[in-house]
Amino acid sequence: MKKQAAAASGKARSLGADAWYRFKKNRLAVISLIFLCLMIVIAFSTFIIDWATDSSFYDAKVIAQDLRRRLEPPSWEHPFGLDEFGRDMLLRIIWGARYSLFMGMAAVFGATLLGGFLGAISGYYKTADGIIMRVMDILLAVPTILLATAIVAAFGTSKVNLIMAILISQTPTFARVVRASVLTVKEQEYIEAAKAMGASDMHIIIKYIIPNSLSPLIVQCTMSVASAILSIASLSFIGLGIQAPMPEWGAMLSNARTYIRDSWHITVIPGAAIMVTILMLNIIGDGLRDALDPRLKN
Amino acid sequence: MNTILDVKDLVIHYETDDGCVYAVNGLDLDLQEGETLGLVGETGAGKTTLARGIMGLVPDPPGRIRGGEIIYRGTDLLQCSNAEMRKVRGRKIAMIFQDPMTSLNPVTNVGLQIAEAIQSHEKLSRKAAMQKACQMLEQVGIPAERAGEYPHQFSGGMKQRVVIAIALACNPDILIADEPTTALDVTIQAQVLDMLRELRETYHMSMLLITHDLGVVAQTCDRVAVIYGGEIVESADVYTLFDQHLHPYTQGLLDSIPKLNEDVERLKPIEGMMPDPTQLPEGCRFCSRCAYADERCRTEHPNMLDLGNGHKVRCFRYETQEVEPHE
Amino acid sequence: MNENQPLLQVQNLKKYFQTPSGTLHAVDDVTFDLYTGKTLGVVGESGCGKSTMGRAILRLQEPTAGKVLFDGVDVTACDKRELKKLREQMQIIFQDPFASINPRMTVSQTIMEPLIIQNKIDKHDRTGLEKKALEIMDLVGLAPRLVNSYPHELDGGRRQRIGIGRALALNPKFIVCDEPVSALDVSIQAQILNLMQDVQKQMGLTYLFITHDLSVVKHFSDEILVMYLGQMVEKCGAKQLFAKPMHPYTQALLSAIPVPDPHVRMQKIPLKGELSSPINPPVGCRFAKRCPYACEACSEAAVPLRELEPGHFVACIKAGELPV
Repeated sequence: MKKQAAAASGKARSLGADAWYRFKKNRLAVISLIFLCLMIVIAFSTFIIDWATDSSFYDAKVIAQDLRRRLEPPSWEHPFGLDEFGRDMLLRIIWGARYSLFMGMAAVFGATLLGGFLGAISGYYKTADGIIMRVMDILLAVPTILLATAIVAAFGTSKVNLIMAILISQTPTFARVVRASVLTVKEQEYIEAAKAMGASDMHIIIKYIIPNSLSPLIVQCTMSVASAILSIASLSFIGLGIQAPMPEWGAMLSNARTYIRDSWHITVIPGAAIMVTILMLNIIGDGLRDALDPRLKN
Repeated sequence: MNTILDVKDLVIHYETDDGCVYAVNGLDLDLQEGETLGLVGETGAGKTTLARGIMGLVPDPPGRIRGGEIIYRGTDLLQCSNAEMRKVRGRKIAMIFQDPMTSLNPVTNVGLQIAEAIQSHEKLSRKAAMQKACQMLEQVGIPAERAGEYPHQFSGGMKQRVVIAIALACNPDILIADEPTTALDVTIQAQVLDMLRELRETYHMSMLLITHDLGVVAQTCDRVAVIYGGEIVESADVYTLFDQHLHPYTQGLLDSIPKLNEDVERLKPIEGMMPDPTQLPEGCRFCSRCAYADERCRTEHPNMLDLGNGHKVRCFRYETQEVEPHE
Repeated sequence: MNENQPLLQVQNLKKYFQTPSGTLHAVDDVTFDLYTGKTLGVVGESGCGKSTMGRAILRLQEPTAGKVLFDGVDVTACDKRELKKLREQMQIIFQDPFASINPRMTVSQTIMEPLIIQNKIDKHDRTGLEKKALEIMDLVGLAPRLVNSYPHELDGGRRQRIGIGRALALNPKFIVCDEPVSALDVSIQAQILNLMQDVQKQMGLTYLFITHDLSVVKHFSDEILVMYLGQMVEKCGAKQLFAKPMHPYTQALLSAIPVPDPHVRMQKIPLKGELSSPINPPVGCRFAKRCPYACEACSEAAVPLRELEPGHFVACIKAGELPV
């Protein structure tokens, strides 16, 4: 009702701006978002450091071993302590963030495009629906990790294959979400209004269906990045993901598990890094869902 | 006649993220024993909030009852505990809602739903309750054989009959009907209204009929109260209200509906729209749409004027102007 | 165009749906003519097929059989390109002002959308677009400051004005109005009806006005068509219908309208039961089961529409003999 007042004063607020206004009220989600952005900036800065120093910093600090000081607990000099090869855990966590975050995001981005496209097609055209959705059902029937394992095992362990594996296993979820949302939007009267104006199918999909089905997709994206990060970590944990000596969180956890009785910090720290990241993503996802939920409109 | 329900100076606000919605503001309303009182108003006038307030069903948060009294047979319902309210609800005051599609449980057959309503207020065996449920169904014009059927097997009008049967199952004193026929077709609406009128007489109930349809009011109610911006602006018996409506809003409402027995070239709408309930005007709530509004209307809030014969109006115009009493 | 030729001719229009429990006869054999500048009101209860008929005429739903001639062109035989061209001249206004407008578009975008789709305006010419949008907003009574507002910021009455503006943008000849005021409050309803009347006069529009509200339809229409379970039961001039309804269903329908006058007590004609289903309907009169005058002959054969008085068509074998 205040919105009507806002309109009366000439300030228009789009649905997106409105959602952002609601999102801002969720303090926990905003803190998570700031924290996540900070992580992304830090993770991104590692690329710049590598580029500027021609990877010499990376080789000397992140990869180079110092076996004399292995398993040293956290101290002022090394706040996160040293790992089983005497490498600084803080730097390894920071350098590891780029695998988890960026590979997870890349996989989800690909899955969104592919799944979104397939879902939109099967939601809009009844004829394609049967075939596309049955293929998606088959993919959904195979556990994510098993599917990713099979793909990586078949095509070899590389970063691209890892991303592809997660991308494919995430696609059906996106196709389902988008299809459901397209099916609802398709029945709206404004679609019929567009048809009555003589709009083409393409025009209707681009200008009417996609913008109105975005909300659940955005929420799904956030949540999926979290599960993609978990998948990367899990695959690395079982040795099918990022290979040593690259500092991937899951791989770090895997290597550390032998020392779990004596040196808690080298298992807890990468574990906590994974947990905190996923927790933040889920809080943001929840916040977005509440902010975008149409039931809260009016 | 005795006053069975007396709402005094009721204030209900909703505190939302977008500001405070002033839904009901100092509303006075009384319901006499055995009468049908029509409450007429438009979307956002506060009709449903009032009904929820009487039933003790204002969602909190965001709803807040800020003040006032709702006196039912000498007890203030607003002071009642939840447990006491549960005894009043259904058994003493029952309510039927606008949409019969969503007020029934889709996975329980209708007979059982009525029987459950009976059992929650009366100590009866399941069998006896079921028997009474069948009687109730017959009374609302549904053959008792259909008691075993599920809501989706009924049409809209039939569902509303089932809802009424549930509401009447415990023989309440007061029935609050919130737009009971708005979702129904004209011929079905006529059937349901007739039935409601008959049942009200057989059960000696009082009825508060909330509607926006002036035709329904004229045909069903004994007395009418017009609500605007969360307060009553005019109330009178039905003949007076239709013959001698004084408040500019009531006049506007009656003028703006197309009538079957008159031919007009153009309708006379009320210009403008309902005030934003988060920012109600300071003076008279209707001043921005009123043709007679002057400076005083914009700054000072008018009080209810009693014109005698139970005719009350909230407008400065009649402080000085003589009004011929309606015969 | 020939003045004496109807703008719209609907001939034996049928729309059936296949459902799991049988064929649903949503629109069954509807025929009428509609002349330029006139309004035909279509009334009936929910499920009688009045909305489906409006959509079938515009080919928003493909008719099962029958012809729709618009300005002499058979709409049902048009291919995609011809249809797109025809859509310039035939528009629709919807019932629900909340669901019928894309929530992601501003007021001006919504109103300009038909012009852009039909390539009537350069979509990169921002000033031109805004000028045209303001023109139409002025026509439908929307304040210029709302030009960049989003629909969720506006109330029902204003949204319905957007819907009307959108329909008028292409300067059409014919508009299907599908319950345009049913979702609005009484005081706003009158504003919108007046607006629709004004633009009709100004632009010479022809309306097909679908509604369940008989008082509105009487005020608004020149002619009225009453539908029952997909079929026409009566059609005649608006005043005539209310003065002398001849079909028992029309009579019952009219008698059931609550009169906003407590001195007039209604003489209701009681109807037995409720609307039956239009799935696999019986051969004879579909109203026979509820009709107080029904006899055996009513359910034996299909009842034809007869012209009992000039311009007064009734589908009842006993019509004319019955009390009015």
